[in-house]
Amino acid sequence: MSTATLHETTHHDTHGDAHHDHHHQETFITKYVFSQDHKTIAKQFLVTGIIWAIIGGLFSVIFRLQLANPEATYPWLEDMLGHWAQGGKLQPEFYYALVTMHGTILVFFVLTAGLSGTFANFLIPLQIGARDMASPMLNMLSYWFFFLASVIMMSSLFVQTGPASGGWTIYPPLSALGDASSGSKIGMDLWLVSMAMFIVSSLLGGLNYISTILNMRTKGMSMTRMPLTIWALFFTAVLGVLSFPVLLSGAILLLFDRNLGTSFYLSDIVVAGKILPNEGGSAILFQHLFWFLGHPEVYIILLPAMGMSSEILSVNSRKPIFGYMAMVGSLFAITILAFLVWAHHMFVTGLNPFLGSVFVLLTLLIAVPSAIKVFNWLTTLWKGNIRFTPAMMFAIGFVSLFISGGLTGIFLGNSALDIHLHDTYFVIAHFHIVMGVASFFGMFAGVYHWYPKMFGRYLNNTLAYIHFWVTIVGAYLIFWPMHYEGLAGMPRRYYDFSNWESFKMFGGLNQFISIVALIVFAVQILFVINFFYSIWKGRKVKDLNPWNANTLEWTTPLRPGHGNWPGDIPEVHRWPYDYSKDGKDFIAQDVPVGADESKH
Amino acid sequence: MKEFYFIAIVVIVFIVIFQIAKASEYVSVLKGEEKSRKQNNKINAFLMIAFLVFGLFGAWYCNELYYGKTLFPQGSASVEGEKIDLMLYITIAVTGSVFIITQVLLFWFVFKYQEKDGQKAFYFPHNNKLELLWTTVPAIFLTVLVVFGLKYWFKMTAAAPADAVVVEITGHQFAWDMRYPGTDGKLGKKNYKLYNQPSGNTLGVDFEDPESWDDLHTTEMHLPVGKPVKLVINAMDVIHDVGLSHFRMKMDAVPGIPTTMWFTPKYTTEEMKKRTGNPNFVYEISCDQMCGKGHFSMRGVIVVESEADYKNWLAQQKPEYLTFYPEKDPTNKKTETIDSSMVSTPIAQTVSMK
Repeated sequence: MSTATLHETTHHDTHGDAHHDHHHQETFITKYVFSQDHKTIAKQFLVTGIIWAIIGGLFSVIFRLQLANPEATYPWLEDMLGHWAQGGKLQPEFYYALVTMHGTILVFFVLTAGLSGTFANFLIPLQIGARDMASPMLNMLSYWFFFLASVIMMSSLFVQTGPASGGWTIYPPLSALGDASSGSKIGMDLWLVSMAMFIVSSLLGGLNYISTILNMRTKGMSMTRMPLTIWALFFTAVLGVLSFPVLLSGAILLLFDRNLGTSFYLSDIVVAGKILPNEGGSAILFQHLFWFLGHPEVYIILLPAMGMSSEILSVNSRKPIFGYMAMVGSLFAITILAFLVWAHHMFVTGLNPFLGSVFVLLTLLIAVPSAIKVFNWLTTLWKGNIRFTPAMMFAIGFVSLFISGGLTGIFLGNSALDIHLHDTYFVIAHFHIVMGVASFFGMFAGVYHWYPKMFGRYLNNTLAYIHFWVTIVGAYLIFWPMHYEGLAGMPRRYYDFSNWESFKMFGGLNQFISIVALIVFAVQILFVINFFYSIWKGRKVKDLNPWNANTLEWTTPLRPGHGNWPGDIPEVHRWPYDYSKDGKDFIAQDVPVGADESKH
Repeated sequence: MKEFYFIAIVVIVFIVIFQIAKASEYVSVLKGEEKSRKQNNKINAFLMIAFLVFGLFGAWYCNELYYGKTLFPQGSASVEGEKIDLMLYITIAVTGSVFIITQVLLFWFVFKYQEKDGQKAFYFPHNNKLELLWTTVPAIFLTVLVVFGLKYWFKMTAAAPADAVVVEITGHQFAWDMRYPGTDGKLGKKNYKLYNQPSGNTLGVDFEDPESWDDLHTTEMHLPVGKPVKLVINAMDVIHDVGLSHFRMKMDAVPGIPTTMWFTPKYTTEEMKKRTGNPNFVYEISCDQMCGKGHFSMRGVIVVESEADYKNWLAQQKPEYLTFYPEKDPTNKKTETIDSSMVSTPIAQTVSMK
């Protein structure tokens, strides 16, 4: 069965063959479970991502409970968590497990798989005019490896000694030594194996996205006529393919140190009263290997949000995105520079100051293409005719959050300042605003914008606006004051500040932040209800092109089937941003250029 | 029981919001797509500009509430840290201006250019001059920040002055241990393989090395005001970090890889109590690298005092060597018999840990 499907869906229709329906039976399993259709796979990624987001968000609400009232006990917490919350108080070991899992789940499972996995899969073939991905089989495997990784990571939550608890960055020797922390026992091995499966999933996906974009664009769709969303997803895939293998190598060496007695990261250690025989390793080696992925990873999370926001801002301003080539160029510059800045996470490890200075230069350099993008988005909005669809709201919110979070990166990238700010709440504020919330807003913008295409229905508008306003106000209320906590030197990953003369004055603020976090979490649940309810009961889409957009996905039938276009794939004659050109509201990409039309 | 009511209320609130949302959807369908869209636009455009105003006010208000709680109004407690405060102000000036300008433009534009009858968007696909402008201007500002930042970075990471007081600090789960070099001014050799040789030797000091005989092992750090101090930083088990917020200093403690940092304290602890108006003020060492379940409790104390008080304190400490070999203690009036079981036997070659 699968080879027949492969052949049909990858056949590039250039002449008049109509795409015929499959003659073979599609069972429930092949259509919905082990589907090789990119649109179904995208939805699988999305739903799995949403489930993980609820879990990861819930973890943050629970550990923020501890930060809000460090002395309080909650009997219901013990009912829920058992020996993790003995006496009604979250135990420190499990507080750290929650913090670790929150980071791991949100960075990898939600904002990488859930964001790239969903939108790369859904949009690439539709927007470049292809019937499906280059390899639907590998695509299917990409989701199921992600599912396997999810099952393993989930199982680590239920082992007796608890899941990994050394922070999502899992630095050895802490993560290498079960004696140093109970979260570094079996839970850590499960984390590493799960991540290995996750990396396989990402690589399979990334290879597919790159091959499809380079090889399967429809006639007339040159690289410079691709929507910026596709450019962003393309560079994201390149980032992933080149950087994830390094994390895999770091993880494998850690598994060796943990289980086979090697000393890649271990030397000169006395732990729990025992002198360890390991000699010659370097704990800093792990940090290099980790952050070589870790830094590109944050751009893997950010770039799709940037690409989609560019698209959505343009469509809803009825204006071309300003500076298309500069936008592509800055995506390219960010991609290259992303690989060259990783040690800015390591300024205070004792590295050679000269090496540190090189990373300062490169890190602040990356601010330039980011600035170009912000100014281009602002110019896109200038003299537009703006419609405030929910997607547009989130895209605008994305720009605001990217400005805020990006600017604080300039503080941290300067090594002298980083000495004071490293590992404080300033860092937490920075990455949550610029990566967490901004990328989430990009993801929401994408969901609200393409939901009609995915499910043939609209999400409820009122719930959408409530979702937007509560989230943006809440996110700023949560993370903005954290900058001040960081400036006071308040360290991150602390269970309790009450015994610290230097930090205990923020108790009231911590309480306030936790309350807002609970409200913001609650409103995400509202979104999830909206999402699932509207799949079956949402207002039906009647219009083939509800947003009056130019890109090719809106030229398919309302609910595109296998192969996307029932007839020929449209031929492309122009770039995707002819909005309000020559007096016309919009000119779709497949409309031929008129004889008297001006050039852009 | 209370929990049940709480959950019930939350569920009811959700249901109410949901029903309102469904009803709104019916209403907007009845009103017609265009009219609904226009109404939505008006409301949300207004909310956008309101968000800007309240947001900027909020940023100002947050500053009013919390700037005083950061360490910056009091200034750095170390001479070298003053540069960090200076860098901070320069960076706030640059990024703060950009922040205000761009956020205002963003929200002002979306309000001003909201969809209006008869309004047409302006087809403006690119302009190379503008691109050049906002490539070069940010680059210039960032260059300024890099130049200042690196100037101070190299100053702070340069070698400590030769006359610096040397203190060794070792992190382990979950406390800090200090070692002072004693009257000979040199720290004795250390080897992690000598841990507990003799029993109680938690730092693995090599007591065969005569330079270790006058070293002091303390759990509190005392420093003389106005003199540079060089910290030699070690870790026994996992990565820790010596975080000194008041001094604006921070350095990882890595097993197997000793690190150093140096600074000059400006104010004694007593002076800081007056400066901050907090009679409970204390210089604290915070562990700033995740190190296990006690990470948050890994607290050390630094007492900065006058030279005289500092010398007094040193004189009151007894060298660690004498706690393991009390017979070597000249003040010890007990018998002279040497108990051979007290002599340490190193199990591996001694390696200098200085």
